[in-house]
Amino acid sequence: MSTVKEKKDIKGYLADLFQNNRDLIDSGSSPPLNRHREKALSLFRKLGLPSRKSENYRYAPLGDLFEKEFAHSFNVKKVSFNIHDIFKCDIPDLDTNLILLVNGKYYNSENPLREIDGGIVVGSMAKAATEMPEIFEKYYNSMAGDTGDGLVAMNTAFAQDGVFIYIPKGSVLKKPLQVVNIMIHETDLMAQHRNLIIAEENSSARVVVCDHTLSANSFLSNNVTEIFAAPRAYFSMCKIQNEHNGSAQVSHTFVKQQRESNVFTNTISLHGGFIRNNVFARLDDEGCENHTLGLYLTDKKQYIDNYVKIDHAQPGCHSNQLFKGVLDDQASGSFNGIILVRENAQKTNAYQANNNILLTDDARINSRPQLEIYADDVKCSHGSTVGQLDQNALFYMRSRGIPEREARLLLMYAFAYEVIGRIDVKPLRNRIDDLVNKRLRGELSRCNNCVMSCG
Amino acid sequence: MLKIKDLRVSIEDKEIIKGFNLEVNAGEVHAIMGPNGSGKSTLAAVLAGRDMFRVTGGKVLYNGEDLLEKSPEQRAKEGLFLGFQYPIEIPGVSMVNFLKTAVNELRKYRGQKQLSATDFLKMMREKKELVEIDSTLTNRSVNEGFSGGEKKKNEIFQMAMLEPKLSILDETDSGLDIDALRVVANGVNKLKSKERASIVITHYQRLLDYIIPDFVHVLYDGRIVKSGGKDLALLLEEKGYEWIKEEAET
Ligand SMILES: Nc1ncnc2c1ncn2[C@@H]1O[C@H](COP(=O)(O)OP(=O)(O)O)[C@@H](O)[C@H]1O
Ligand SMILES: [Mg+2]
Repeated sequence: MSTVKEKKDIKGYLADLFQNNRDLIDSGSSPPLNRHREKALSLFRKLGLPSRKSENYRYAPLGDLFEKEFAHSFNVKKVSFNIHDIFKCDIPDLDTNLILLVNGKYYNSENPLREIDGGIVVGSMAKAATEMPEIFEKYYNSMAGDTGDGLVAMNTAFAQDGVFIYIPKGSVLKKPLQVVNIMIHETDLMAQHRNLIIAEENSSARVVVCDHTLSANSFLSNNVTEIFAAPRAYFSMCKIQNEHNGSAQVSHTFVKQQRESNVFTNTISLHGGFIRNNVFARLDDEGCENHTLGLYLTDKKQYIDNYVKIDHAQPGCHSNQLFKGVLDDQASGSFNGIILVRENAQKTNAYQANNNILLTDDARINSRPQLEIYADDVKCSHGSTVGQLDQNALFYMRSRGIPEREARLLLMYAFAYEVIGRIDVKPLRNRIDDLVNKRLRGELSRCNNCVMSCG
Repeated sequence: MLKIKDLRVSIEDKEIIKGFNLEVNAGEVHAIMGPNGSGKSTLAAVLAGRDMFRVTGGKVLYNGEDLLEKSPEQRAKEGLFLGFQYPIEIPGVSMVNFLKTAVNELRKYRGQKQLSATDFLKMMREKKELVEIDSTLTNRSVNEGFSGGEKKKNEIFQMAMLEPKLSILDETDSGLDIDALRVVANGVNKLKSKERASIVITHYQRLLDYIIPDFVHVLYDGRIVKSGGKDLALLLEEKGYEWIKEEAET
């Protein structure tokens, strides 16, 4: 493997990396996934990495992220460790509640696919691709393949594994499923995993995703998740990003919804040096409901960038975007929220709000709401605010004996709670509430604790 | 308890308090009256520690110590309470959380142990009865969506919870109907003791039918221009502020 990168031709470098390691990539994955690689690579060659000239990444300082020297997850032997050594807490029912990805690969190799709650299949993407070929072929890359984003194409070319969740018609996942993404390596590492979630008619499921880094190296991950919600399916995903600040993550989520389905995603960004979250949701039939939420609490030199596009392709759908953030120190970020209402999508209700609090003069945020409305009978609204903590409220609290620090925390917490309060699972909401509280208090430096299982 | 000597306060280079003197001893009730814009709220805010105002001269001693040096929270812990003329709405911060934090900070300062959740709720219930505050209000965010009267009662409720040594009530009576006025007065009178004092800032004499002041001061253009007993309030009610202004200007 070459060690010196031509700075200018990072695209060429990554394409060569792929070609030179093709056998290794294939052998660590499975044939159905491998069959998508060639085409994805050509697309990647065509698109390249997003530059600041591309509208969608205008503010994101992707810069030299990809130029750094990384080991690659396809080249890494399985890291073996005892999960109980790493997570300080006791995780009950490991086999039924928890899915572990280590450096993008499904960890439990003895039991790569399992069935829970009568028919719900969860496990390794690579394994599912061969075991459930019809389902896989029908859905895999069917949304992500149309992307204009070179990073998504790169993921399709490189991704070897990830999480597969299949919730068949009418089934209900009783307990939320927890996916823990762990990055751990003795050198800097880049990993790309790929998730596929299929929620069939009338099904219902909730997933919690936690991202952690467990060694102090630099990490770069470029992940893609595709979610398909069939008629009247309910699916919710709450993602907690808590990697250390030497790590960078680009996460792409694609959602396609059919008639009267309801999809809820909530991304809570606590730690992580560079975070870019893309959410694309296509409301592809009548009566869909979509909630796309995010909360970011950042400080030091963290960069957080949320990009959301809700595509109202059919009439009578409801969407709601709510992103809130508190930025301290020299933290910076960007929010781009697009509501697209196509010509045919009459009786659309679409809302968007992005509210930010900057705690210092050096913190910065770009907030760009965009409405593209081609139908006439629609209700849309968007609002974006950037402000400071309310000085009058601070003084009021302090005049009652509440110390300034505590008063600030109460205000920040109140601000954040609007997003936390919408989490639909009470125990999870309480956990996240606690995490957010700790984050605001600066007590969460590197949290190894899973949100669901431990305290 | 409180000694204010030749206090001068400015905001944005405009002098608002122009040499103010007042001495308040434990056990006393002082009323400060005066026309709109005379500086009553500015005075109250400076005493509570609002930092948007600039003190350009004079000094304030509270229990013999320099009050102006202290942070607002320190003043509150030492027993100072300001009832705001315009109480602040704080969406998302619940009354319970707000008051529990305040009460426990105070207890910490006094070396008392923290109240348990049940003890705190019990205390809240008792004080709520005292001020006849609608019990659902305490389930809401601080002052959010409260009516004018509810906000004023909520100030008195907070005062009852915190049991301050020196309370400064800034027009807590304005905009209240007769029942609410009685509640406010009752709250102040219940706290009255030899160890405590209050400064009641008011525009009208009305409240002083219920809270009998030991002294009445008239503030005009940043200065006390007249002081007297409770009869002075009646005189002001009858004759308005015009004659005071004329007297002050000559
Ligand atoms: N934040 C402020 N900025 C500028 N001027 C102020 C501010 N607050 C008060 N003032 C001015 O100070 C003077 C006194 O106001 P205030 O103390 O509210 O009087 P009162 O309470 O007696 O009605 C008024 O002329 C008012 O306009
Ligand atoms: Mg006033």
